Amino acid sequence: MSNEPLIFEHSRPGRVNRAQSAHLGGNLDGIPESLRRKQPPRLPEVSELDAVRHYTRLSQKNFSIDTHFYPLGSCTMKYNPRACNTLASLPGFLGQHPLSAERDSQGILACLWDLQEMLKEVTGMTAVSLTPMAGAQGEFAGVAMIRAYHDARGDNARTEILVPDAAHGTNPATATMCGYKVREIPTDTHGDIDIEALMAAVGPQTAGIMLTNPSTLGVFERRIHEIARIVHEAGGLLYYDGANLNAILGKVKPGDMDFDVIHMNLHKTFSTPHGGGGPGAGPVGVSERLQPFMPIPVVGRDDSGAFRWLDERDLPQTIGRLSAHMGNTGILLRAYIYALMLGREGMVRIADYATLNANYLMARLRDAGFDMALPERRATHEFILTLKHQAREPGVTAMDFAKRLLDYGFHAPTTYFPLIIPECLLIEPTETESKQTLDAFVEAMAAIQAEAEKDIETLKGAPYSLPVRRLDDVKAARKLDLRWQAEA
Amino acid sequence: MSNIPSELKYTKSHEWLRVEGDGTVTVGISDHAQALLGDMVFVELPEPGTSLDAGEECAVVESVKAASDVYAPVTGEVVAANELLEDAPETINTDAYNDGWLFRIKLEDEAELKDLLDAEAYAELVTEEDH
Repeated sequence: MSNEPLIFEHSRPGRVNRAQSAHLGGNLDGIPESLRRKQPPRLPEVSELDAVRHYTRLSQKNFSIDTHFYPLGSCTMKYNPRACNTLASLPGFLGQHPLSAERDSQGILACLWDLQEMLKEVTGMTAVSLTPMAGAQGEFAGVAMIRAYHDARGDNARTEILVPDAAHGTNPATATMCGYKVREIPTDTHGDIDIEALMAAVGPQTAGIMLTNPSTLGVFERRIHEIARIVHEAGGLLYYDGANLNAILGKVKPGDMDFDVIHMNLHKTFSTPHGGGGPGAGPVGVSERLQPFMPIPVVGRDDSGAFRWLDERDLPQTIGRLSAHMGNTGILLRAYIYALMLGREGMVRIADYATLNANYLMARLRDAGFDMALPERRATHEFILTLKHQAREPGVTAMDFAKRLLDYGFHAPTTYFPLIIPECLLIEPTETESKQTLDAFVEAMAAIQAEAEKDIETLKGAPYSLPVRRLDDVKAARKLDLRWQAEA
Repeated sequence: MSNIPSELKYTKSHEWLRVEGDGTVTVGISDHAQALLGDMVFVELPEPGTSLDAGEECAVVESVKAASDVYAPVTGEVVAANELLEDAPETINTDAYNDGWLFRIKLEDEAELKDLLDAEAYAELVTEEDH
């Protein structure tokens, strides 16, 4: 695959689109001399065909879920049905102005109301606010509500949030952002929270605990009721990070696990492409005690059944607004359509197949000789393979496997996360992959293992089939320079 | 097998500590820890003058794989930080026990040294974790 120059490097002075057309030129007579540019802007000068070819070639380099198996899973990019995007892009939705009067917005309000109800049902929470615009904002809203709850009770001595060491890095970041000190809770050798350490850590200073269940280790936290009891008895609240919701959709409800607040990444679990920094949606679900503090607006209904926005007048203790209007409504609509397409039965099948695929892949890789980080545990929607033995002898790392997988036509799984497992690959196939795809992935992993034993140099040099070879990670972290400059 | 000098003290969280004999101790991360973390890209060190409690998070080492907290092995005041690491964090990878030191603490209570691991105990911990 050749290296494609930048669009600026395709530029030639004076080259324009449709060179054969009559040039109309611009008429600048109405613009005062003082306001005119002295120099033309430094934009690339290319023909339409140059531009089309350039961007088509770039798109062909995409290592995307449309072309390749992506074992990063819902963590980054599960498959998003085209229909969700198509229907969320109907002109009636696109043309809806956020400041339209409620009487002219009943259709879209009805969709959002239904989505609130569906998310309440699937999570088992008392109420849902759709407004947070990303997972990070959902987390922020969740912990801000925990703080508002304690403050409203005059309980100001609670300064700490507990976070397991297997947690997503966003959890301690959120707690810190909300003014809390983070106390880390260790994980035991089976992947569960160390209950004794938890009991030693809770106290009158505990504001709450942030948990992901299933955890980032790809296993279900089996003693969740006990954890909930310990934290609640100390006066703290339980926060559910919805990152791994895909594993339990319709099967287990965070509300039934006694969580007080949950954020959901609709852009991960409910049909929006993610992982490129695009728009997200991080709705929050709350238990009864946090309901007064929900971020606004929330969709409500009046006595006549008409839909309306609930704001400060309805929720005077709200933590406030997180965006000018209703978050990223387009993403919410995709989630609504996805949920409608699935129905109640389909929602459960997401969890069934996500879990079945992960366990099938784990069993086959184990048969192929790979070590699992938690061999005695059943996987949820993802599992962790550790290459620590291969790293010692013959000396190939998780990164070597990840790079070589690209040559075999597979996107690399998450590497070196969670941090507490050495030389790990975190593999999440999701519900949409076929047995054939999973089998092909196992064959590729076995082939790479064989290379590691026979031809380690080849493996260390991978990838070979991409526009660039092994990148300099250290330089990328320390001296990142992405700016193009014209040669003087 | 990683290098574990016998004259140093160690913590369970993989810091090493050298008693300098002038009331100060030098702290770094072990060869085992640097090998696990991989190529270092940034190091954040405590300012001299900072008071630290034993077990307190006081520095961050960031590699291409992860950012990890470093904990103060003993209580005391920071008297020096290794400025060399700002421009050359990879020194931790190449020379964890000498030029790759992180900071120096004026020891408050010598009795705390007894709580630390000796080389033998640390080697056992590393073998156990490796298993």
